[in-house]
Amino acid sequence: MSWTGRSLRRFEDPALVRGLGRFVADVADNHTGARHAAFVRSPVPAGRIRSIEAPAGASVFTAASFSGIGTICARLDRPDFVPLETPVLASDAVRHQGEPVALVVAGSRAEAEDLAEQVIVDIEATRPVLDAAAATDPDAPAVHRGLDMPMGNNVVLDARFATDELEAAFEAADEIVEIEIRAHRQNALPIEARGAMAAHDPGTGRTTLTAANQMPHMLRTALADILNVPEAELRVVTPEVGGAFGQKMCVPREYVALVAAARLLNTTIAWIEDRSENLLASWHSRDHSYRLAGAFSRGGALLGLDADIVCNIGAYSNYPVTFGVEPLMALAELPGPYRLSQYRVRSRAVTTNLCPIAPYRGVSRPVLTLAMERLIDTAARRLGLDPVRVRRTNLVTEFPYSMPTGLPVDPGSYSETLETAVEAVDLEGFRRRQQQAAAQGRYLGIGFSVFGERTGYGTPAFAARAMEITPGYETVRLEMNPSGDVTARIGASPHGQGLATALSQLLADELGVEPRQVAVVHGDTDAAPYGWGTFASRSMVIAGGATKLAGQRLAARLKEIAAHHLEASPDDIRLEQGSATVAGTSIGMALPEIARLAHHSSHRLPGDMEPGLAVSATYDPAGTFSNACHAAVVEVDPDTGAVCLERFVVIADAGVEVNPMIVEGQIHGGVTQGIANALYEELVVDGDGNLLTASLMDFLPPTACEIPDIEVTHIQTVTDASITGAKGVGEGGAIGAPAAVLNAISDALAPLGIEVNEMPATPSRLRELIRQAVPASTAETAAAGG
Amino acid sequence: MKPAAFDYRAPRTLEEALGLLREHQDEAKVLAGGQSLVPAMNFRLARPAVLVDIARVPGLDRIDLDDPGSVTVGARVRHLDLEHNTIPGPLGVLLARTGRWVGHYPIRVRGTFGGSLAHADPAAEWCALACALDAEIHCRSANGARVVEACDFFEQMAFTTCLAPDELLMGVRLPSLGDSWGVGMAEFARRWGDFAIVLAIAAVERDGDSVARARIALGGVAGGPVRAAHAEAALSGRAATPESVAAAAAAAAEEVDPTGDIHGSADYRRDLVRTMVTRALNQALA
Repeated sequence: MSWTGRSLRRFEDPALVRGLGRFVADVADNHTGARHAAFVRSPVPAGRIRSIEAPAGASVFTAASFSGIGTICARLDRPDFVPLETPVLASDAVRHQGEPVALVVAGSRAEAEDLAEQVIVDIEATRPVLDAAAATDPDAPAVHRGLDMPMGNNVVLDARFATDELEAAFEAADEIVEIEIRAHRQNALPIEARGAMAAHDPGTGRTTLTAANQMPHMLRTALADILNVPEAELRVVTPEVGGAFGQKMCVPREYVALVAAARLLNTTIAWIEDRSENLLASWHSRDHSYRLAGAFSRGGALLGLDADIVCNIGAYSNYPVTFGVEPLMALAELPGPYRLSQYRVRSRAVTTNLCPIAPYRGVSRPVLTLAMERLIDTAARRLGLDPVRVRRTNLVTEFPYSMPTGLPVDPGSYSETLETAVEAVDLEGFRRRQQQAAAQGRYLGIGFSVFGERTGYGTPAFAARAMEITPGYETVRLEMNPSGDVTARIGASPHGQGLATALSQLLADELGVEPRQVAVVHGDTDAAPYGWGTFASRSMVIAGGATKLAGQRLAARLKEIAAHHLEASPDDIRLEQGSATVAGTSIGMALPEIARLAHHSSHRLPGDMEPGLAVSATYDPAGTFSNACHAAVVEVDPDTGAVCLERFVVIADAGVEVNPMIVEGQIHGGVTQGIANALYEELVVDGDGNLLTASLMDFLPPTACEIPDIEVTHIQTVTDASITGAKGVGEGGAIGAPAAVLNAISDALAPLGIEVNEMPATPSRLRELIRQAVPASTAETAAAGG
Repeated sequence: MKPAAFDYRAPRTLEEALGLLREHQDEAKVLAGGQSLVPAMNFRLARPAVLVDIARVPGLDRIDLDDPGSVTVGARVRHLDLEHNTIPGPLGVLLARTGRWVGHYPIRVRGTFGGSLAHADPAAEWCALACALDAEIHCRSANGARVVEACDFFEQMAFTTCLAPDELLMGVRLPSLGDSWGVGMAEFARRWGDFAIVLAIAAVERDGDSVARARIALGGVAGGPVRAAHAEAALSGRAATPESVAAAAAAAAEEVDPTGDIHGSADYRRDLVRTMVTRALNQALA
């Protein structure tokens, strides 16, 4: 029986649930003599630094201390892109609140904070620009003064795409539906904030950065380039990482400063970010505005789509993917799983005096899915059609399909997931219940969201974005040790996903060992092959593919050795239950026996076979689409604007599920973050650029009390776009949930003529919409005392 | 997010505690459950030079039921102890209903009744309850003891009470509500356990089909808890009908003057006052 497809309990969990996981803060606590850092940050969103005064004798670093150190800058090779450079510490201008201005090193974090308070930074505050639309006004202050902005004030990317006959499609339409979508600013909020410890060893001249991070090799390369030191002098280690969701993907200024300071002081310095710093100045996410116009036929067919997308990317870019990832992904993938021939889109990135944006679980897709799904529901209501019917009319059913932008979509189950969801929620029964509730003045609603999640894309897909640094492939180095167990060294960098367990299952199938006999080594640039890390729902597809390929190579080697000694053909050797056996016989060799021989009696190996049992494989796929349909059932309290989620149903198609329990865990976590996006989490900045949500009193992640049971059903559509058959599933939950929730709220409030297009849909926002729609008192107040 | 340096003192007697407060005055801060103070210290919003931990001071953790007309809750009684409805009659019901809304479970395990009153968060449940019931706040310093009416105890400025720097809040005397009283509590917060955006506490004395007396207090609408006097007047002496409840709720919404914040504008809060007062009164009259 195959190990693939079994919900094996994760090998990673016993240490984590028993408190034995070692995170960077634990590493720092246990490192004798580690010093601690605190950053002095700009209190204002825009200004010019006049002077920085440090207390006498304190160990304080400013931009001046780091002369000769470069800036952080990643580029896209496109004419419509303006690269932005990030200094390691602000040197002249400050461009967002919380921007690091100085680094203070002391014996403990508390002492470092004491000293940081005594550093006097004199900043001449200037007028900030916070809103993306306002920033493009020619009279708005330039965030990067002196930088040429040929596409408009503060416009750093202006990408366009259009098919030839859009206007004809709009002329032919029976109904043109226009909507505006606003997704406010968020923080990915990993439970562990960022943190790193830079240890410089004067003996070897090497510096080790232990860091909460998703891309250890990329971080090493960036450090080497920025600090101008050979990569071999640097080592990046990622211990346990307490969630990342994209926030730990991009190179932080703080980590670079830490390494630079540790090398200057010949010491070890730890910086463990606190929650307020994290909310203020780690990386923010979302902050998109969409204007869509959809041309529909009377029957609900989508004939054309015209979109204008603006992403507020904050004050700087990110490294390595750049701010371009947000608007360009939106441009390329907006039409989603709906058949569309005529499409025009303009997608811009605008720089403002806010914290820079980094990708967050789903990147642009939670918002573009929200935009498309709200368009479909709005069109359905306008045309007097059932939203499910409009989806049926437009969903892609024949594969391979090519989006208007040329993006190929491999086989998926878009319609099947929708139909299964309709059944799972008992749509007809719900509509009856909804009517009964309406008679009592209650507002129930249901919302669907159908989407594809482009996952596991390799170098060619990233190259299409014209990235100077083009990620994509993964390498696995696999070795059977003399004792017969297996070590897999991977370039992916799992941080909570359970990848080690899933890869062990793949290898167990290839090699005939127990999954427990596989050790997966990752997150150490001295021990793992160069790779891109874990992000973009790629690891099971790409690192999984490389693992399978390496497993096949090692299996072939084991078979060849066994065949040689058993005087059989390699084709007749089966690797099962820890042995290499001649098929149909009881003749065989135990794998540890082969392993001993390969390592310790290599003179007995066949022919010119090299000693040992080490193989390597690289996998670089074109990419695939997983897909799902989400359905949310809500009740809206019209008197408070509160939304109660009654049910949340997910019909997910992730292709071959190597470990279905892990797939479900990914969906649960993703949906929870999607619900957070839809209803709760918002970074609020006042008109002066001050963050008002600087603690978890005000930035509100939902807890278990607010999240319903998430009911998951699995469909598996086979693809040959991935050699394991697996499709990535890390982001889908977060992508589909906001649209399902906002569609459900809009369905609930449809009797009042309300369409909800702004997220999070907070109680105060909803209550305001309800008050505008119903100026008089509402149901409960009228029935008060009843 | 580390506190500024401070001295920690853990007195073992009341005299010692009061002596420390007299000695250090404004520089000292009393630590009870620490559920608000310690985070505030970590944010460096509170920077006491001396922390006086009253955990070992005897006698402050009692609920005194000896007096038939009242219940005295010691300053260090934990939120959870009141949630578990150990007090008979409508007062016990109101304490239990209200207690469930105080923070999250771990906060209720450690946080204290007296600590919440002394901290005086404008949206705190216990402050509104004390105000609704005209509780007596028992304060003591090295110079002697005094009793303050709850509505005088809270200043109309957030986190401000009339407690002198050298005074310790000893306990709170609440009136036992007889069986003719009905009680209600309604709160709106973004998530379970969050501070209220608006909360309403109602205690209503029935006289047949009429309301003899109504006590209504609100949280989250001003610098401290407030009594909704017009709403009380609109209901007292009237028949308990949906119309009189609606009139009282409308009066409450009319008489408050809330300010807005990121969780709700002033208008939204005023709007919620009407809904929360309606719900609390409906519960009290049920």
